[in-house]
Amino acid sequence: MVNRHVVGAHYGLRDWIAQRATALFMAIYTVVFGICALTLPELSYEAWSGLFSNGLMKFATFLFFLSLFFHAWIGIRDIWMDYVKPTGLRLVLHLITIFLLVGYAGWAAQILWRL
Amino acid sequence: MSEVTVRKQRPKHLAIHEIRLPLPGIVSILHRVSGAGLFLLLPFLLFLFGRSLGSPETFATFEAVVSHPLAKLVLLGLLWAYLHHFCAGIRFLLLDLHQGLDLPSARNSARIVLVVSLALTVIIGVKLW
Repeated sequence: MVNRHVVGAHYGLRDWIAQRATALFMAIYTVVFGICALTLPELSYEAWSGLFSNGLMKFATFLFFLSLFFHAWIGIRDIWMDYVKPTGLRLVLHLITIFLLVGYAGWAAQILWRL
Repeated sequence: MSEVTVRKQRPKHLAIHEIRLPLPGIVSILHRVSGAGLFLLLPFLLFLFGRSLGSPETFATFEAVVSHPLAKLVLLGLLWAYLHHFCAGIRFLLLDLHQGLDLPSARNSARIVLVVSLALTVIIGVKLW
């Protein structure tokens, strides 16, 4: 047996799993949404907004957005880590990414709960 | 004692136009490119989503915006980006589960991802417009 002391902040594995869990949820949502959208009787405001005013769909759609924003955070953070070497600049880009994504989450909530 | 430190010239090969990426490599970099593109255009997509669900009036604005040729072109690009990210993502999930790790299957699945995402883009694109 190997007794290895793991050091570090331990966020690597957590983010690796989160990236895949959010991907799986979004993939399932995409298929369900695709079927719902294709079976809409007509592409009108009534039919389209009716789809999202359903409680379960609203809940799933909001979860989709949260998954998307967390997934995007990990992906974009990795891009900055790979290509931007100056620490200060990278930190600024990380912060801008976080601010944008948190803002988008509020925006998505507002769109869905106005219905 | 000499102050001069001679740095060993390590061979570097970063001539991107000369590097021939294999198919799985192309799928991989397109996964990153499509993800970055989707991220950059998130405000546009959220704007459209909000307009489409606001009221019958804003829905009309939504329809006017998406019927503009330039918007259609951008949305077609985003549709491809989403579908490629989706298909390549499923491939990566299967690789994580140790499915299709050998070179012939990996090359084959990379080809399938490229073809299927392009075909779906054409089919859905034609259906929507």
